[in-house]
Amino acid sequence: MSAVLSPSVALPPGVTRSEGVWAAAWRRFRGDRVGMVSLAIVTAFVLLMGLAALGLVAGDWQAERGVPNAPPTFMGPAAKTASVGIASPTGPNVDISAVDPLAPRYREWAERAAKFQTTETTRAETLPFGGDRLGRDVLAKAIKGAQISVFVGVLAALVATLIGTVLGALAGFFGGKVGDALEWLYNVFTSIPGILLIFAFAAVAGRGVQSVVLILGLTGWTGIYRLVRAEFLKHSVREYVRAAEAIGAGAGARIFRHILPNVSHVILVQLSILVVGFIKAEVILSYLGLGVSVDQVSWGTMLAEAQSELILGHWWQLAAATAFMAVFVTAFSLMTDALRDALDPKLRGAE
Amino acid sequence: MLTIQDLRVRFRLGRGAAASHIEAVGRGTTGVSFDVPENTTVALVGESGSGKSVTAMSILNLLPDNAERHGAITFQGRDLLNAPLAELQALRGREIACVFQDPMSSLNPVFSIGQQLTEPLIRHLGMGRRAALEKAEGLLAEVGLPEPKRRLGAYPHELSGGQQQRVMIAMALSCEPKLLIADEPTTALDVTIQRQILELLARLKERHRMSMLFISHDLGVVGEIADRVVVMRQGTVREQGPVAGIFAAPQDAYTKALLACRPTLEQRGARLMVIDEHIGGAASAPPARPKDADAPVVIEATGLTKSFWIRRGVFGRSAFQAVKGASFRLRRGHTIGLVGESGSGKTTLGLTLLRLHEPSGGPVGGQALFEGRDLLALSRQEMLPMRRRIQVVFQNPYASLNPRFTVAQTLVEPMALHGVGTDSTDRARRASALLAKVGLDDSALGKYPHEFSGGQRQRIAIARCLTLEPEVLVLDEAVSALDVSVQAQVLNLLKDLQDELGLAYLFISHDLAVVRFMADEVLVMKDGVVVEQAGVEQILEAPQQEYTKRLLGAIPRGYRAAA
Repeated sequence: MSAVLSPSVALPPGVTRSEGVWAAAWRRFRGDRVGMVSLAIVTAFVLLMGLAALGLVAGDWQAERGVPNAPPTFMGPAAKTASVGIASPTGPNVDISAVDPLAPRYREWAERAAKFQTTETTRAETLPFGGDRLGRDVLAKAIKGAQISVFVGVLAALVATLIGTVLGALAGFFGGKVGDALEWLYNVFTSIPGILLIFAFAAVAGRGVQSVVLILGLTGWTGIYRLVRAEFLKHSVREYVRAAEAIGAGAGARIFRHILPNVSHVILVQLSILVVGFIKAEVILSYLGLGVSVDQVSWGTMLAEAQSELILGHWWQLAAATAFMAVFVTAFSLMTDALRDALDPKLRGAE
Repeated sequence: MLTIQDLRVRFRLGRGAAASHIEAVGRGTTGVSFDVPENTTVALVGESGSGKSVTAMSILNLLPDNAERHGAITFQGRDLLNAPLAELQALRGREIACVFQDPMSSLNPVFSIGQQLTEPLIRHLGMGRRAALEKAEGLLAEVGLPEPKRRLGAYPHELSGGQQQRVMIAMALSCEPKLLIADEPTTALDVTIQRQILELLARLKERHRMSMLFISHDLGVVGEIADRVVVMRQGTVREQGPVAGIFAAPQDAYTKALLACRPTLEQRGARLMVIDEHIGGAASAPPARPKDADAPVVIEATGLTKSFWIRRGVFGRSAFQAVKGASFRLRRGHTIGLVGESGSGKTTLGLTLLRLHEPSGGPVGGQALFEGRDLLALSRQEMLPMRRRIQVVFQNPYASLNPRFTVAQTLVEPMALHGVGTDSTDRARRASALLAKVGLDDSALGKYPHEFSGGQRQRIAIARCLTLEPEVLVLDEAVSALDVSVQAQVLNLLKDLQDELGLAYLFISHDLAVVRFMADEVLVMKDGVVVEQAGVEQILEAPQQEYTKRLLGAIPRGYRAAA
């Protein structure tokens, strides 16, 4: 972040640039074993998502490949229930062609049907991790669902962070009337219960990935706003900012070039926390039917379907969605923790 | 009473096999050894980083967990180094008490003075609440706090810095300790308050017949209060002995240098001695260039006032005048010293000239002419080119540089903003030339501020100002946060730059000795009013105002045989 915002300076030959804050943070992060493992897991998820987005993995998640509610392979096929047919009638045969008005056309239809070939696809008795009620592969659904859920979480977190950071920076830096107005806005947003606010936005915006991103972004910026505002309040009276004003740096330069890199660690950590929160929020929204549209799959829609399946004892869809979400969210949270440790200025002082 | 033998303290960094150590006290196998006899004041003197505070803190093991102590500390025959925590806790406050540098952070803001004072009495002496309160009142009276009964219910923020330090001393005295450890107890205070506290400490030491371990970086203060002096540098003891001997006939080259590099009120040299020069033996200062008394006037201020709004009630507000009518003429190549205690409005005056106040600040009055244009009446747009010509150096070099900028970025930014230099390579060339001018080399360009010491950072801050080729520099306590020896270097640098570039300085300081060294004319401020204004010699030789005399009298003058 700071590399983009700081003025680039040509150093004379022979002068090496010292290890910056980010390089030092990365060095500390590398020393954290839990952090590195969780980073690897998150990276694996991101790669999987990329492949899913390109259609290389789980592109055919809609294909109905197994029998309805096919159980996972390791459980073996479901026991055959003896089909109880209707008892065939026993009376004398009656020719009903006389009374059937369509009878003359049967021959014609049979000829036309003979021009096409239909083969009954043999549906698998079992799928690697089971199938849903249409026989779709649960594993493919979970992977495709990961793509949507994580995409929504990250994008919504970025939107919320952008809003929160800009408003917080303005409120903290300028104070006065600007600060009062933004504080009022913040108070309005926080005085409405969060889930209610989300529902209100969802009712207006309708279903779809974009709406979910927008809803979560527009409702979730308050926490980051509060923290960024506090940081800017603190930093805007620091001497280095005053020194920047003395050399003639304008308000924009002071906000974004001087103060922002100094508070960016707060923003980064908040961003990661928001990602986790928003993934869960998307799941809740989709579960309640306010989330992504019906032709898409997310962990939330999977959980919503699992509700009715569970009554019939088909637990695998629930297990798949839960396992994926638990692993990803835990790994991401641990990564955030390690990130915060690596960026914490208080720990930096101890070196 | 207290014996420290061969003490070595080092801090462990990192965990397990990758742990490294930093030696804070002692180097290699040589440790620190000294005694504190009964009823004596021993002073530990040294620059920051010399290990003096760590030495004192290790007596009661008030160090962080990653400290490793070796050697021996005995107090009245008891071994403190290996004492269990419970025994140390019984000693802390009871037999050995501490007073720290910053009273504002040493007092708990949510408890009243009475509560904080009675706690050790009830805890260590087993007194009842009523008896403890009575004792606390007596203690406050003893440390010279007016209206002690009423103060018992006051909270720390209701007291001034000096009063807070008195409360801290009262708290330290409450259990009548045998040894008082005072860690820079007056550094954060004004000179006049410092004088009062020093006298109070000396008086209390006599009355309670206790010993004192007094830690300071200021030889002037030490000379007045100590019986024995221990000079430390880089974790080792350089010299120790009775105060008279140390001041009259210092043996160690470092002690000599330390004594020489402090500007004094008695004489005004062209340059100050710098430690390394002194140790190296090179000591010939070039004669001062006489100043042209008729140099063109750069800034002419008349009747400068500045007020702040204070909220009253829900909607009301009233103005508080921080500066009440200051007038001066600053000539090219000259320095005006601005002296006063904290709260006297001297910094406000400087910031008003620079127009560096909060946007919500109060009204400004008077005028400050800079080449015929009133700085205070310029619009924001018109002020921008003016910024180039009036620059400021702040007090705290740790706060005034952006920690996320390399030195090169810090130096190039102002040039880019004002279009100095043709392109980025030209600017980088100028930056390295300026660094050379303030005594740093090119390798500094790629580094971040935290890699430099305080003095080096202040040099970088000065270099940043010089990038814009200003005509006026406002130096707001620019050397107050620096060690004496580093202070001397920076003061010399400022003098050289003034000689070379013809800069005009507005030198804001609470330290009259430093002002004497730098300034040609002095403004003494009190409560926003300029109480006295005259040439530097005149002010110091024949002060007219009572306040100026008091300020001069309060300056620690080191050890004098007659005193």
